[in-house]
Amino acid sequence: MSATGIGASVRRKEDFRFVTGHGQYTADINRAGQTFISFVRSPHAHARIKAIDTKTAAALPGVLAVLTGNDLAADKIGNLICGWMIHSKDGSPMKMAPHPAIATGKACYVGDPVAVVIAESLSQARDGAEKVQVDYEVLAAVVDPALAQSKDAAQIHEAATHNAIYHWHLGDAKALEAAFRSANHITKLDIVNNRLVPNAIEPRAAIGDYDAGSQSYTLWNTTQNPHVARLVISAFVGVAPEHKLRVIAPDVGGGFGSKIFIYSEEVVCLWASRKVGRPVKWVSDRSEAFLADAHGRDHVTHAEMAFDSDGKILGLRAKTVANLGAYMSTFSSSVPTYLYATLLSGQYAIPQIYCEVDAVYTNTVPVDAYRGAGRPEATFVVERLVEVGARELGIDPTELRKRNFVRTFPHQTPVIMNYDTGDYPASLKKALELADYKGFGKRKRDSAREGKLRGIGVSAYIEACGIAPSQAVGSLGAGVGLWESAEVRVNPTGSVEVLTGSHSHGQGHETTFAQLVAERLGIPIDNVAIVHGDTDKVQFGMGTYGSRSGAVGMSAIVKALDKVEAKAKKVASHLLEAAETDIVFKDGKFTVAGTDKSAAWADVSLHAYIAHKFSGQQLEPGLKEGAFYDPVNFTFPAGCHICEVEIDAETGHTEIVNWTAVDDFGVLVNPMIVEGQVHGGIAQGVGQAMMEGAVYDRDGQLMTGSFMDYTMPRADNLPSFHIGITETKCPSNPLGIKGCGEAGAIAAPAAVINAITHAIGSEDLAMPATAAAVWAAIQKVNSGRSGRVEH
Amino acid sequence: MSRVSLTVNGKAVAADVDPRTLLVQFVREHLRLTGTHVGCDTSQCGACVVHVNGKAIKSCTMLVLQAEGADVMTIEALAPSATELHPMQEAFRENHGLQCGYCTPGMIMTAVDMVNRKGYDLDERTIREELEGNICRCTGYHNIVKSIAAGAKAMGQGASAQKAAE
Repeated sequence: MSATGIGASVRRKEDFRFVTGHGQYTADINRAGQTFISFVRSPHAHARIKAIDTKTAAALPGVLAVLTGNDLAADKIGNLICGWMIHSKDGSPMKMAPHPAIATGKACYVGDPVAVVIAESLSQARDGAEKVQVDYEVLAAVVDPALAQSKDAAQIHEAATHNAIYHWHLGDAKALEAAFRSANHITKLDIVNNRLVPNAIEPRAAIGDYDAGSQSYTLWNTTQNPHVARLVISAFVGVAPEHKLRVIAPDVGGGFGSKIFIYSEEVVCLWASRKVGRPVKWVSDRSEAFLADAHGRDHVTHAEMAFDSDGKILGLRAKTVANLGAYMSTFSSSVPTYLYATLLSGQYAIPQIYCEVDAVYTNTVPVDAYRGAGRPEATFVVERLVEVGARELGIDPTELRKRNFVRTFPHQTPVIMNYDTGDYPASLKKALELADYKGFGKRKRDSAREGKLRGIGVSAYIEACGIAPSQAVGSLGAGVGLWESAEVRVNPTGSVEVLTGSHSHGQGHETTFAQLVAERLGIPIDNVAIVHGDTDKVQFGMGTYGSRSGAVGMSAIVKALDKVEAKAKKVASHLLEAAETDIVFKDGKFTVAGTDKSAAWADVSLHAYIAHKFSGQQLEPGLKEGAFYDPVNFTFPAGCHICEVEIDAETGHTEIVNWTAVDDFGVLVNPMIVEGQVHGGIAQGVGQAMMEGAVYDRDGQLMTGSFMDYTMPRADNLPSFHIGITETKCPSNPLGIKGCGEAGAIAAPAAVINAITHAIGSEDLAMPATAAAVWAAIQKVNSGRSGRVEH
Repeated sequence: MSRVSLTVNGKAVAADVDPRTLLVQFVREHLRLTGTHVGCDTSQCGACVVHVNGKAIKSCTMLVLQAEGADVMTIEALAPSATELHPMQEAFRENHGLQCGYCTPGMIMTAVDMVNRKGYDLDERTIREELEGNICRCTGYHNIVKSIAAGAKAMGQGASAQKAAE
């Protein structure tokens, strides 16, 4: 391993601009003549829009235009889409209601855009927005997903009777029934996977800029996938032809999924820039983000696990109601189906699984993928069932897991996924050692002497990422393929630019991708530049999410590098006057085998472009190759997280006193960056488990509408983490990478809740387990009111 | 419109502003110093932290008129030159204390202020408590804490080296 190659903790190249305040985020960009836009958003969760009076607003100083959904429709701008078709059990397609970028006729959630004001300055646009008069007829709101399908609930969309989007299932119901009939013990849980707001610290932003001379558009946008945005906005929404639209994602301050989707705001900024003839700039406020960014999670699940008398798992069944909010967001349909139910086997050899999912509309912010997207929900179900099952059966939870681990590979689960490789006992073993599981009993007694409760909880997670083999997801309803692209351009002077369809919004690709190239070509890492985020520069790519940039993005680079090396050898053979088959390329040097005749990398690259040594008919000049890589399988990172908590029973205040994570991500490109991803994922998982939660009142008002009421994890809510690694190389891609971006968020919530419930001796606890919730659960236990008390 | 004059990063600046203008807006939009960021609207996130008269201040929670005559320093002025980094900036880079970089200017400005107030030898508990006013969504804080401890130490070494030279 070289100091700057695969496996090295190379310090990041991108950091210099970030630590000196010279990052270029969308909000930092200013276009000559730019105008500012303010969105008028419905204050009602469900209301008919009877009329909109724009006259007063339009007359205010500095206001250039006041536009509504009718204007959008008149210009034949299409609706926003959901790009993944899911069919119900009866074969019928999902009920996708029309989703115009500006609501027309009806507002369906608090925050639904109903008009926009464009003005010379931001304050003028805001003043204008306040003067837009909307005549609403308020309708009853549907807020609780568990009640959305009831007869009494108002129907939100014509397309969806009883607000039902689909009734989906996976697995063999009959075989599952038989497995349960033979069970010695059945563990049952009712689980709410609480709704979350992603809250990347950089709010979303967009600048639409129409150039009348060339009749083309430029969009600067905080997107994780500029080409996908370009495709959707051109082909589906129809704002501009694809070849007349450039999308630039400059530095983006975190995404976590929330910046994947194609939203109203960027569509409107582009469209409006043509209408006013000037650039239109939008930067979200944080409280606006709470209403405008897709939320995450929001499942209500009843789950059951059947065990035989030895604690072997015979089957798992789950019935989930998934709240997709007021409209179907871009990937929303896939999250509670193919990204969720397919992971319900966990790390265990479960013979039968059956899962039903009802996706519903409610008058709330649309819900879509958020770090983990379906896999945190699945892991929580499985790991709570296993832990509670162990407690009910009187078997140590780690022992129960060991009795059920998948131990031979490949392993076909009953829920589509085929696990290629892994070593789950090894992760558990290492985690137990690192966490000093054996010493827990003494620590618990020591805590008790201080009047504190102590608990320890395990989460043995597995996930499917490296999203995804195109044929596979296509057959499951995806409207797009999920391959990745790369172009490796060698310059005459030997430096290299890699144009990648991946996008970095914190993942450090400018460094990790350069490590791959530097090692492969034997050139200094400073001579490698990674280019991403601009559809004018980079050929079509699918972007970054689903922990795919290592497994898929880097595999595309490997393919391109293979082609570059092959061509370079051809050039070298001409330069060195030897047969191509005699050329050896190693450590940045081309050598004629068995001789001391050699050529340096920079000589060969120069000659590729000078082309004096070969005829352009035998060999084309230049040294630039592209590749598209379509993964052959999902990848399956897995591991074991152990959370230890200490609780003050008087207040319910819970401190995480130790966090151990042992993860198997296959080959690590940059261990420092991998650890950072795990840290961040754990923090988000702890946030979900202990403090976060988007709360609506019965009228559909978001009560947790800012950082005042929505608790974000802070440094003093978290411990330092103990991170360990095991490795089983991924067999399905050239570098052996599984991916690591989401694992922490997937594993963490179950570990936390397993620990807290262990400490207090009750399972009667929902997320977020705030101090108040923990305190209330303790009171119930003490008064004997709790349903389940163990050891 | 109101007239305001202050010093920013060592340069005297003066402008006519809408009196509602926040210090962060003045810095970002009037002066085009976009290193200071806006991450929230309730004064929680700390992405906007600058130094006003030597103290860390959330520039989103101060009107520029309140900074009349003040000495303001933003992230852009922390590094000693265009190619060298301040020890705290270097510590963040060395210890992977940033991922997307958006909270980072505020974190660094807060960290330098922390050292100014609490000294060069900062323990984990102190750092975590002192970071209550800065939110990061990417890093989970583990490496930010490491970075600040290392940066504080490095600032201390720099200070004693300077003392020794005097």
